[in-house]
Order: sequence, then structure tokens, then C-alpha cells
Amino acid sequence: MAAAEKQAVTGAGPFNGLLTWIDQRFPLMETWRSHLSEYYAPKNFNFWYYFGSLALFVLVIQIVTGIFLTMNYKPDAAQAFASVEYIMREVPWGWWIRYMHSTGASFFFICVYLHMFRAMLYGSYRGPRELLWIFGMLIFLCLMAEAFFGYLLPWGQMSYWGAQVIVNLFDAIPVIGPDLAIWIRGDFVVSDATLNRFFAYHVIAVPLALLALVVAHLLALHEVGSSNPDGVEIKNVKDPKTGRPLDGIPFHPYYTVKDTFGVVVFLIVFSMVVFFAPDAGGYFLEHNNFIPADPLKTPAHIAPVWYFTPYYSILRATTDEFVLWVLAPGVVAFALLLIGSMKKSAARIAVGVIAIALLAGLLSLDAKVWGVVLMGTSVMIFFFLPWLDRSPVRSIRYKGPITKTALTLFVIAFFVLGYLGTESVSEGRTLAAQVGTAVYFLFFFLMPWYSKMDKCLPEPERVTSR
Amino acid sequence: MSDQSKVNGRRRTLVIASACAGGVSAVATAVPFAASMLPSERAEALGAPVEADIGQLNPGEKMTVEWRGQPVWILHRTQEMLEEIKRTDGKVADPKSERKKGELTPEYARNEYRSIKPDYLVVVGICSHLGCSPQDKFKPGPEAFESQWTGGFYCPCHGSLFDLAGRVYKNKPAPDNLKVPPYTYLSDTRILIGEDKKRA
Repeated sequence: MAAAEKQAVTGAGPFNGLLTWIDQRFPLMETWRSHLSEYYAPKNFNFWYYFGSLALFVLVIQIVTGIFLTMNYKPDAAQAFASVEYIMREVPWGWWIRYMHSTGASFFFICVYLHMFRAMLYGSYRGPRELLWIFGMLIFLCLMAEAFFGYLLPWGQMSYWGAQVIVNLFDAIPVIGPDLAIWIRGDFVVSDATLNRFFAYHVIAVPLALLALVVAHLLALHEVGSSNPDGVEIKNVKDPKTGRPLDGIPFHPYYTVKDTFGVVVFLIVFSMVVFFAPDAGGYFLEHNNFIPADPLKTPAHIAPVWYFTPYYSILRATTDEFVLWVLAPGVVAFALLLIGSMKKSAARIAVGVIAIALLAGLLSLDAKVWGVVLMGTSVMIFFFLPWLDRSPVRSIRYKGPITKTALTLFVIAFFVLGYLGTESVSEGRTLAAQVGTAVYFLFFFLMPWYSKMDKCLPEPERVTSR
Repeated sequence: MSDQSKVNGRRRTLVIASACAGGVSAVATAVPFAASMLPSERAEALGAPVEADIGQLNPGEKMTVEWRGQPVWILHRTQEMLEEIKRTDGKVADPKSERKKGELTPEYARNEYRSIKPDYLVVVGICSHLGCSPQDKFKPGPEAFESQWTGGFYCPCHGSLFDLAGRVYKNKPAPDNLKVPPYTYLSDTRILIGEDKKRA
């Protein structure tokens, strides 16, 4: 747009002139309007809608504290552990910056998990928001990578052995696995080379990808518009004169104020942890990580940080017996179910062939391989939620009893698996983890059927104010 | 599009050809970057063999030496320990060390005790599951992880069990026995780990 065609900025008092000057050279007001002052969000957002903006806020905390940590940290196997202790004891306010960063990591996951649960509650991933959900999942993957790479940096016992276990997961891949693991580590064991490259991933590679994905996530959100607790489209009912959704309110000032309130409450809780319980009883900072890395001795009990434990439990639950008595019959049953509900014979044959190939693999490859596959699937399966959910309604408010029960069982399984992942193994716990694993996957794999047959309530025309 | 009829075939061919050439160069450029992540010359050189003096190792004792950054255990087994090994044959997944023969168990260690001399067990102390280092549980008797424990190693990470010959128990997460590194006796009390043949 040529400069002459743009209207002068008004309403900014003494800054009108400056803003007009900028606006004629940069789409300032257009951006402000389309993303804030004239971005219409549903008026019925509830508690669950805080966590998106809070996650963004934690990202800022992590970036800022991270920058200051790199000023004193040394990515060198001989100096890393000592440099972290140096930050903790000798750098002015170093302990505060480091505890903000370590607590921030856990709070990032708390916010993201609650944000994802919100989407599952209200069907926010349903069309046309599939791509928005996929960007969100990619952010989640980046976040997991970021947390994993960052956890090696203090070079404590848990850092070292945690990285050793996770890199060895790639070793399980048939044929290329062992060479791939060496390539990832840059050495035959986790060593200085590994630490140095994980530092590079943690401070530059992954954060760049993360930021780009956050921008894509927000652009996709603002293209399709926010969903809401009723799961109905506010765009369907517009004011005939202005063309604005009747149930929408401008993001700024209404939701900027609401989210600011959320940030204040968040900071109270966050500060309590940072100042009074930065290790959260061993859940945020594990006790064994205060011992320097020793490549010759594994600690008596190793467990990942809490946010990885559900997937870790699934990995541990996959034993030979589990593969034989649960996975193999599960594949057969699921294949029969799929074939039964498909109409095209070509698709049926394809399912049969895949099932037989899977079965052959299950019975010939090590349980270790399938543990890794299940662990990977347990995270990746979330990508497919928009297509697994066949319910006629989006929100849990109008979904039927089967879906509500399934979601409740899934949440219980997620917590049980999470708890078991922090504990050492015993026969009883392995059995519990196997039951949890089965529930976890049934929730997703049976969703296309139970979401469709469930007795749902009719959706309202417009949003309700509950 | 209305311009479609005017597409110049020669120009289109040139566009496709240059896009292909550019793509190939881009992929080729990625090779040095990926290769830079392989172990460096220095890391490769550190894989040299190490010597261990077992003269001071009493029966029932274990020592650990570092080879390629990994713990290598040398266990001086007692007569009772050797008896226990025979009794675990039925409990272990691969009693005769037949899986991945060349990689896990060198020819000269493919026997009941998985060693050159029955008294001395030499294995890499890294669990074949996900790389943790198992703990010593040499004392036979009931344990939380196995009611009829006959002595061996217990991996704290995922509960894999190994007997006193480093053989993995059945139905545990670890698929394979502990790796026996290439080694050779330089004399009765000195072992060279990392090389099969005596140095000339």
C-alpha cells in the first residue's frame, strides 16, 4: 500500500506522528489490528484457556535466563559440572537465574500438558484446526528435544546416564541403529563430544525451530480463529452490520488483561517453587544429579525427569511376554476390527498385509525394538487426534458417557504411568505399567469407533456462558 | 491459466535442469556437515587396548578398568560361583552364547563360563538393553527381583538380570548377554583388553 493511501494514526497522543511515520513504512497498525485489537476471540474462555499464553510466557523466561546462564557455563566434560556449581555459588544471583531456568523447564511442561488437555477436552484440534494442532505437536516435540539436550549440560550422574539410555534407544533400530547412535554421540560412549554438540542443539538449533513453530502456531490460530469450551464456531453468527462475530470480543484489551492476571497468579506459584523448593523433592532436579557424571558407574536408581516418565514407563513395560500376549493379539484384533468396518476390498487387503508384516516383526524382533516403537508411538499418536475423533460434536460438554469414561481412564493411565516411571521396577509395578500402557493405546486406537457410536447431546447455536 | 499455451518448452527444461542441479548440490553440501558429527580422529585413537594387572585380585573380587570409555569388569570367580553358573543354564536366554556370535562373544570365550580361563570373567559392564552399568549382586539368596537368586548382576535401570558368566535371564528387557571384549593373556597375571593376539 502506498504511503499516501494510509490514514494517519490517531488515538496515541504525542506518539501519533511517530506511529504514522512507521506505519507508512511497515504494516504496524494492520498487524496490531489483525492480531490484537480486531482479533475476535470467543467471549466464553474459561480457566483452561490460560495455559497457551502462559506457555509463551515461560518460553520468554527460558530464553532470557538461558542467555545469562551461557555467560558462565562451560560446555566441556572436564568443566561443565564445576561451572554449574560456580554459577550456583559464586556468580551474583547465579543461583536465582539457574533455578528459574530449571523450574521453568518443569513449568513449561505443566503448561503445555494442560494446554493439550484443554484441546482434548473441548475438541480444539477438530477441523479446520488440524494444522494448528500439528504445529502445536511439533512444538511439543521440540520442547522434549530441548529438555533432553539441556538435561545433559550439568553433567551430573542423571544427566550422563539419562543421555546414555535415550541415545541407546536409537541403537535398537535394525541395521542402521548402532552407527546412528555413534553418529548422534560423536563417540562410542556419551563423552565430551556429545556434551559439546548437545550444547549447540540446546542453545541455538532447537530454540530457533521452536520460535519459528510458535510463530506458525499463532498465525494458524489467527487464520482459523480460536475455538471455545462449547466447541461451536463463533464465525457462524455475525453482526449483519459490522460483520463481527456476535459472541466474539477483541483480544486486546479483554484477553490481554485476562492473560496478564493469569501471569500474575502463575508468577506467585512459580516464585514459591523457585525460592522455597527448587528441586521439588527430587522431581524437578533429581538428587543423583548433584553427583558428577561417572561413566563407569550407573546410579542405583535412574529415572528421567517427571515429564518424560509416562513414555518411559511404556518403554519398560514392553517385555517379551507383553509382546507375545498383549501386542500380538492386539494387532490381530485391531486388524479384524479395521477390516470389518472397511468397505473397499483393496483397503482390506492392505490392512491384512500390514497386520501380517507387523505380526511377523513382533514375533521375530527383540522386545527392546518394540519398546522403543511403542514409546515413539505413544507420543506421535497425538498427531492423529483430529482424524481419530469422529464425534459429531467437539466439546466434552456435549459428548456422551463413553467418551467421558475413555478420557477419564486415559488421564488416570497417564498419571499412573508417570508415577511408575519415577519408581524402580518390580513385578507388580511392571504389571501395572502394562495395564496402563494398554489403556493408553486403547484410548486412541478405539476412538474412531466409540466417538462415533456415543450418544451425544445437540450442540447449541451460540456459545453459552457457564 | 490463459498463459499456458505460451510456455516455452526449452525454458521449462532449463528451469527443471537447474532446479535438479541446485538440489543435488544442496544435498551434497549436507554431507560434510553430517560427516563432521562422526567420531573425530582423536576419539577413534582413544580406542587403543589397555592392560590390566590381575595379580592382586582375590577369589570373589571384581575390578573395573576403563576401555574406550566403558567399564570392563574382571571378576575372579570362586569354585562355588562356577558351580552356580551351571545351575542357571535353564534360566538364561542364550546359555551357549549363540546370538550375534562374532560381535558379543569371541570364539575363544564361547563356552559355559564365557571366558578363556574359567576363573576370570572379562566382560564389558554395559547392559545390552539401554547402556546402563549393572550392579554386583554376587551373594546367592532371595532378592526382590528374583526369589531364587544364584548370584550375578542386576541392572537398576530396567531390571535386567545377568548370571555370573554375564548371560542374560529370560524375559527381561535386555536381549543379549554382556559383551565379552577381545582380550588376551600377556602372562598369568596380566590381561590385554581390546586386542586378541599377543603383541609381537
